[in-house]
Amino acid sequence: MTAKLSGNDLTLFRGERCLFQHLQFALDPGELLILEGSNGSGKTSLLRAIVGMLELETGVIHWDGKPVRGQRQLFHSSLVWMAHRVGFKADLTLLENLRFEAALRPASNNDLDRILVRLGIDRLTRLPLRSLSAGQQRRVSLARMLLSDAPLWLMDEPFTNLDREGRDLVVKLVSEHVQVGGMCVIAAHQDVQIDAPTQKVRL
Amino acid sequence: MIDENGQSPALVAGMVAVTKRDLLLAWKRPGDVMNSLLFFAIVSTLFPLAVGPSPEQLEFSGPGVLWVAALLAALLSLNSLFLTDYEDGSLDQMIVSPLPLPLLALGKTIAHWLTSGLPLVLVSPVLAITFRMHWSVTGVLMLTLMLGTISLSLVGSIGAALTVGLHRGTALLSLLILPLMMPVLIFGARTVSLAAAGDGVAAGTYFLAAYAMLALSLAPFATAAALRISNE
Repeated sequence: MTAKLSGNDLTLFRGERCLFQHLQFALDPGELLILEGSNGSGKTSLLRAIVGMLELETGVIHWDGKPVRGQRQLFHSSLVWMAHRVGFKADLTLLENLRFEAALRPASNNDLDRILVRLGIDRLTRLPLRSLSAGQQRRVSLARMLLSDAPLWLMDEPFTNLDREGRDLVVKLVSEHVQVGGMCVIAAHQDVQIDAPTQKVRL
Repeated sequence: MIDENGQSPALVAGMVAVTKRDLLLAWKRPGDVMNSLLFFAIVSTLFPLAVGPSPEQLEFSGPGVLWVAALLAALLSLNSLFLTDYEDGSLDQMIVSPLPLPLLALGKTIAHWLTSGLPLVLVSPVLAITFRMHWSVTGVLMLTLMLGTISLSLVGSIGAALTVGLHRGTALLSLLILPLMMPVLIFGARTVSLAAAGDGVAAGTYFLAAYAMLALSLAPFATAAALRISNE
């Protein structure tokens, strides 16, 4: 049986430097994959390779048993990516940003108010994103994950800039998502304790 | 999930959303739009002061000066077309969205034209007065400038996408784009001159329209490919 999301024999060079080689992983619904490694070890690059932004030296990423390359649109409609950079416009308000987000990913969850309350950002909707703190902006990125109903979550250092409560919230959201059959790939440089079937890849 | 039949409305909605977002951003930061407009106005008004007030000379040089000034003014704003999206990660999110990237790039290009090309076209009649341009010639000027700035936004988006990852890519961008814009400049300025001389303008206008159509059908794909390369 093939896994839902898998990669085998992955090798990536950036310039002359080899970030990782002969790496493999296989992820099924209801599972969590944690990419561990120190700063600069290639966690973000692996995530970018998974979404198809970086060209791998060797190896192929498969989704549903088929190479991602041939079904980019379908694959992209099945994932949301919480990148290192927030990916929202600093000059627009939270609502304006999320409205754009909803148009970008037509498969969006409509219960916006509940999501904002849950993330603790429901009072910030009319402020431009520029005036929010780094941690609050991080919470706004979480809204992107919750708005979409994509099964695959890719998270790049989701705990950065968050307070203790925020980190607990991320843990809770991820374990809930995985419990209902979602998948999650987390790149983190510190230890992650999430109550879910977990695999680890060391970079 | 995107269902097979319902695809096209979502696709167009995605493009419109990009255009709307960029227009909203331009509205909140009007400085960028004013920049190219001011440049256009300053160059076109300084020129008559420099060459002297002789009516023949102004009528003779008007079409060329207005066209060159408009082209350079539109070029000014091109550099920032994808730059902020690249810096704040919005570009990443657009690339991983299920919508086709060429369509999103086209949405951005449309917004760019609406905020840089169209305002130039709209103020050009005022500036044409300084060159003693007849109102019928002014109509031709506006029409050709409209077609020309559409082409510039579209062709320019390819160059902007290619240079987005480079720091200080402005000079390179101009080098990439200007050769491709030469035919537009030649035909545009010449058509206005012909109109001033009372000759037919159909041939030049058709050429500019054809160039704009060609750019419209090819540029979004080239821009999307360039964005993928630059964003690696």
